[in-house]
Amino acid sequence: MSAKPFLLAAEGLNKSFDGYQAINDLNFYLDEGELRTVIGPNGAGKTTFLDLITGRTAPDRGTLMWDDGKHDLLKLSEYQIYRLGIGRKFQTPTVYNDHSVTENLVLSLAGSRGIWHSLFGKVTPLQRERIAEILDIIKLTGHAQRKAGTLAHGQKQWLEIGMLLAQEARLLLVDEPAAGMTDEETHRTGELLLSLAGKHTIVVIEHDMTFVRQIARNGKVTVLHQGHVLCEGAVDQVQNDERVIEVYLGRKSKAA
Amino acid sequence: MTSNPISSRIHGPILLVSAVFLVVVMPWLNSCGLIADFTLNLWGKYLCYGIMAVAIDLLWGFTGLLCLGQALFFSLGGYMMGMHLMLMIGKLGQYKSDLPDFMVFLGHTTLPGFWQAFHSFPFALAMVFLVPGLLALVFGYLAFRSRIKGVYFSILTQALTYGAALLFFRNDLLMGGNNGFTDFRTLLGSDLRIASTQRILYICTALLLVAVVAGCKWLTNSRFGLIQRAIRDSENRVLFSGYATANFKLFIFVTSAMIAATAGALYVPQVGIINPSEMTPEKSLEAVVWVALGGRGSLYGPVLGAVSVNALKSWASRAYPDLWLIILGGSFVLVVMFMPNGIIGIPAQFAAWAARRRNRDATTAAAPANRVTDP
Repeated sequence: MSAKPFLLAAEGLNKSFDGYQAINDLNFYLDEGELRTVIGPNGAGKTTFLDLITGRTAPDRGTLMWDDGKHDLLKLSEYQIYRLGIGRKFQTPTVYNDHSVTENLVLSLAGSRGIWHSLFGKVTPLQRERIAEILDIIKLTGHAQRKAGTLAHGQKQWLEIGMLLAQEARLLLVDEPAAGMTDEETHRTGELLLSLAGKHTIVVIEHDMTFVRQIARNGKVTVLHQGHVLCEGAVDQVQNDERVIEVYLGRKSKAA
Repeated sequence: MTSNPISSRIHGPILLVSAVFLVVVMPWLNSCGLIADFTLNLWGKYLCYGIMAVAIDLLWGFTGLLCLGQALFFSLGGYMMGMHLMLMIGKLGQYKSDLPDFMVFLGHTTLPGFWQAFHSFPFALAMVFLVPGLLALVFGYLAFRSRIKGVYFSILTQALTYGAALLFFRNDLLMGGNNGFTDFRTLLGSDLRIASTQRILYICTALLLVAVVAGCKWLTNSRFGLIQRAIRDSENRVLFSGYATANFKLFIFVTSAMIAATAGALYVPQVGIINPSEMTPEKSLEAVVWVALGGRGSLYGPVLGAVSVNALKSWASRAYPDLWLIILGGSFVLVVMFMPNGIIGIPAQFAAWAARRRNRDATTAAAPANRVTDP
């Protein structure tokens, strides 16, 4: 572990649901600007881990510190954690179906989240420019006025990523962005995430190994197994790790 | 909710005409003797219900919070106004006492402390807002902080209004018991039993309705309105977009309670009575039915629903007293089955039906033509 301060540091996290140990003594450190991919078989605790970071559930034990230990995330509620710059894209696309694409982005723009501001605040020309820019990045410029509920599945996934961009999040937590996408859409999503790395710190949870190889070109891959970090490293190193092959690609190693 | 170009173009003029008709034309016709005093008074009552329906729509239609206790806030507003009206009766009551009749009847000789300040109209008016507003603030704070939502929220609000009704039925609360307040004489020095006073009350009600609808229109069109509807559709996403949704819901709950309370405060001097039966869960449910019939999430629909259901009730309960509840139930079933967007959604529904029909005609007309030109 480097001496550089961590953006996010999780130590000794434990969480069980009715006796099922979803997260088991988890340690996880994230540097600013990283694009980290988290993989693991079903039930490895990937989504629960995101729930813990974003305050959706509280751990039984452990610590979760943000920005070089400046903030204790366990003491904050969902919206306070969000305001520190931690944005989340859910596994199933979660957008406001009855709102237009633009309105979805307006609600996600960085800025005051108070009632007063929501009543009297106006969208500034600068913010309009930013929205146009995001629409271009997520390739929805032609659909700006459409209701989000009428978008295709892949477009909804992009819109949700766009909402994270609008909030100017420091950390993007992206849960299975390629789920249900065509190969071409998956590839474009990968390109999009790669282009955002550096400006933002990104954690991607993914199942699709082709997609993982695409986005983890330069970054680290963390393998979770039974709520615990099994191993961490470059994608090739991880894929050749005996333990990973055993738990994750199990059948293959037995056959060999 | 759905709009097509034609309906949105005539939308504005229709609203303007209805507002002018309600606020100016109706009272004017009444002063000319063309509308009976009784009818105008009835319409004043309908419009009070209309204001309450808008308050429910703000909560249910726009924020997804089905409150079954809105009649409580309405009645509390009415009771606050009623306390002032009771004191204004003065020595004109049955017992020729400074005390309200029911207190004399219960053997009281002095006015209880919490009644004293209600001699002042401004104080009573302030209480119309503050008492229901504070109750909504405390109840809403506890409910939203504990993340009570959906049907649990509805049940709790129903329990709240039921509990309050039981409390108000008690004589020792000194709020008139099951008879409530009645036999009002004057308001701000004007005799409540003459037509011109009632006309002014009617105009105030109509003006308030227009103001409430316009205010809610502005609110729901602001960014606040976007957040409101986002909470309705996907509260988790709103929470994970950094909004303290509990505060937004609390704001709308308190606003809605105060709107209902002002309607109640105008209702009491026009109807001439307020008693605990007005705050029972049945009354709240009835108001929810108006909103559902009129079309929720549209602001105008609920007003239409409140007025038409109550007008139907006035007519049917006189013409067919035994069938009235069956008529109400039947119309509710019809609307739920055939008009998902309520009365207000009928034009859009009709337009969609006509468009489908046109398309079908076009395709059936085109098909044989193709066959003929086919070699």
